[in-house]
Amino acid sequence: MSLLVPPLAVTAFTVTCAAGRGADAFACALATRQSGLVYNDLNELPCWIGRVAGLEVAPLPREFSEWESRNHRLAWLGLNQDGFRERALAAIERYGAARVALILGTSTSSIGETERAYRELDADGRFDAAQRRSRVHHTHALAEFVQHALGTRGPCLTISTACSSSAKVFASAQRLLHAGLADAAIVGGVDTLCGSVLYGFNSLELVSGEPCRPFDADRNGLSLGEGAGFALLENVAADAAAPRLIGHGESADAHHMSAPHPQGLGAQRALEDALVRSGIAPDEVDYINLHGTASRQNDAVEAALVARLFPASVHASSTKGWTGHTLGAAGIVEAVATLLAIERGFAPGTLNAQNLDPACGPQIRIDNAQRRVRVALSNSFGFGGNNCCLAFAAGAA
Amino acid sequence: MSAALEFGIEGIGVWSPELPNWASAQNILCGNVEAMVDAGARPPAAILPPGERRRAPESVLIALEAAQQACTMAQREPRDLPHVFGSAYGDLAINDYLCATLARTPREVSPTKFHNSVHNAPAGYWAIATGCHENSSAVSAGDATFGAGLLEVALLAHRESRAALLCVYDVPAVGPLRDVIACRSAFAAALVLAPWSPRAVARAKLRVGDGATTLAPVPALLHASHAGNPAAASLPLLDALARREPAALRIAISPSLNLHLEISF
Repeated sequence: MSLLVPPLAVTAFTVTCAAGRGADAFACALATRQSGLVYNDLNELPCWIGRVAGLEVAPLPREFSEWESRNHRLAWLGLNQDGFRERALAAIERYGAARVALILGTSTSSIGETERAYRELDADGRFDAAQRRSRVHHTHALAEFVQHALGTRGPCLTISTACSSSAKVFASAQRLLHAGLADAAIVGGVDTLCGSVLYGFNSLELVSGEPCRPFDADRNGLSLGEGAGFALLENVAADAAAPRLIGHGESADAHHMSAPHPQGLGAQRALEDALVRSGIAPDEVDYINLHGTASRQNDAVEAALVARLFPASVHASSTKGWTGHTLGAAGIVEAVATLLAIERGFAPGTLNAQNLDPACGPQIRIDNAQRRVRVALSNSFGFGGNNCCLAFAAGAA
Repeated sequence: MSAALEFGIEGIGVWSPELPNWASAQNILCGNVEAMVDAGARPPAAILPPGERRRAPESVLIALEAAQQACTMAQREPRDLPHVFGSAYGDLAINDYLCATLARTPREVSPTKFHNSVHNAPAGYWAIATGCHENSSAVSAGDATFGAGLLEVALLAHRESRAALLCVYDVPAVGPLRDVIACRSAFAAALVLAPWSPRAVARAKLRVGDGATTLAPVPALLHASHAGNPAAASLPLLDALARREPAALRIAISPSLNLHLEISF
C-alpha cells in the first residue's frame, strides 16, 4: 500500500510567542532579527526566557473565569490574533460543529496553576477553595478550554509527547480527515513558562545563562520560551491557493529518555518518512526549520543529519534564538514560521549563532534570505526520543 | 454517522491490583469472583531492565505490563508496532512531587523525576525497552481517553494496513491533588489491533456517532474500585471480549461524541 497521503489546505494559521503577537508581528521580528528573549524575571534562575509580555494583566473574559490559568490566557490571546477565531467559527458554521475536530499539543498544560495551588495550600494542606477547579489541573484542560471557547463538537484530542506535541497534531489530523471522520481540523498547541520546566531543565543542566545560540560552536544550552499557535486544516478543494500540509513522519529514537540518539536514527526516520509520504525528493526542499534547541547534543546530531541527507542548496535554520524553546508549542510555532517562509518568500536564518559548529554543512544558515520557498520541512524532537517532521508546500499558483 | 473502520483485536493486556493479567481478568469478568486476587502494588513489567524497573514510576510499570501482555498474546514483535499510550492524568505521584518540591525547595527538583514527568514517559520507556522506532504517541482526552485513544490507534492501523498497539493507564491521585482529581485506583489495559485476519480473537467495527446515547457501564463487580479511573472505561469492552459475546458498545471520545463499537467473534 502506498504511504502517500493526500495533502490538506492550511486555510488559516496564527502564532503568539515572545517574538510577537500574530503572524505579521512574528514575521517582522524574523525579518528585522529582533529576538524576543529577555532576562528571566519569573524566578531567581540566571537565564534568558522567551515570555509573552502582558499575560499577567490579561485575565480571561468573565464567562471563562473558572478556566483561569496562564496557559489558558495564552491560548485565548493566541486564538484572537490574525482573525483566527473568526475563521474557526466560520468553518464550524460551514461544516457543522460535529464535523470539525480539535487536536492540540501541550507538554505541561496548566501545571503552572497547579504549582500555584501548592504554594497556596490552606492550613490543612489542601487546595484553597478557589483552586478546586477540576477543569484546570490536568493534561486535557487546554483542549477542553478551546473546545468550550470555540464550540467544536468533533473528535477532540490532546497529544502530549513533550517537544514534538504540536507537530504530531498535524499528522493525527491528516489521518482523521483522510478517513472521513471530520471535514476540518483545528490543530495547534500552547505551552507556558512555569516552575516545572524552568527548574526541571535547569536540573538537567540544559539551560544556558545567555540567550541561546543554536548551532554555534560555543553554544551552551537552551533558552526556554512559551507560545501558542493554531492552524485550520481542510481538504484542498476548500482553498486551492492556500499552503498545504503534504506529509508527516513520526518515529521513536528507542535510545534515552532525555538525550537524542547519537546518530540521529529516529530523527532520520521521521524525515525520510515525511519525504516518502509527501512524494518529494531531498533536492526539492527549499527550507527546513530545524529543531535546533542550542543544546550541545541535539544540534550536533541534527546538523550531521541535515549535512548527510540534503544538498547544499537547502536553506536550513533554527528560529529558537527569536522565540526560545517553546516545548509543547514548538511544533506549531515553527510550523507557522515554515508556512510564513512559503507564503512570504522569506527564509529566516539562525539568530545569535556567530561561528557555526563544524558539524554544520552548508545548509545551515546564519543569515536571513529572500528566496522562493515552494517546499519546506519543520523538525520537532522531544524527550522520550519522540520525533516528528512535517512537510509543507505552496498551494496552486 | 461516519464510515466504519474495521479491524481485528489480536492481543489483550490488563493490569490492576485485582486483575494482574488477561487470563485472570477473563475468569473474573465471566463471574468467577473467587478468582479475585491482590496482586500487590507493583506489576512485574518484565520488559524493563531491572535497574529501570526499580526506578520507574508506577504509571510506567502498569502501562508496560499491560502493553507487553497484549503483544505476547498477539504474537507480535513489539518493535514492529506503532503505539499510542493514553492517560487522562499522567503520573500523579510525580506531579505531586514536582509541585510540592517547587513550593518548598525548587532548586532540588530531581532531574530523573523531571524527565519521568513527561506525559510520554511510558511511550518513551516502551520504545527504549523494545527497540521500537515506529510512531510513538501519548494522548489524553480526560474521561474519554480510552475512546479517543482507541480511535487514534484504529486510524493508525487503518491508514497503513498494519498492526498497532493501544495502551491506556491511570494511577491514583496523591496528596492535595486528591481535591481535584477523582482517580483512586491503578488500572491499565492494552489492545493490539490489526487488519482483520483469522489470527484475531475478535472482530471490531467502529463508527463515530453522537454522544446522546447511554454509555456502556463498567461491570458492577469492578465499578466501586475503578469508577474514577478513566482507563477503566475499557472494562465494558474487556467484559465483552472475556465473555466472547457479540456486543454493541458506546464509548465516549469527547463529551459530545461516542464510538459505536460492534464486537463479533
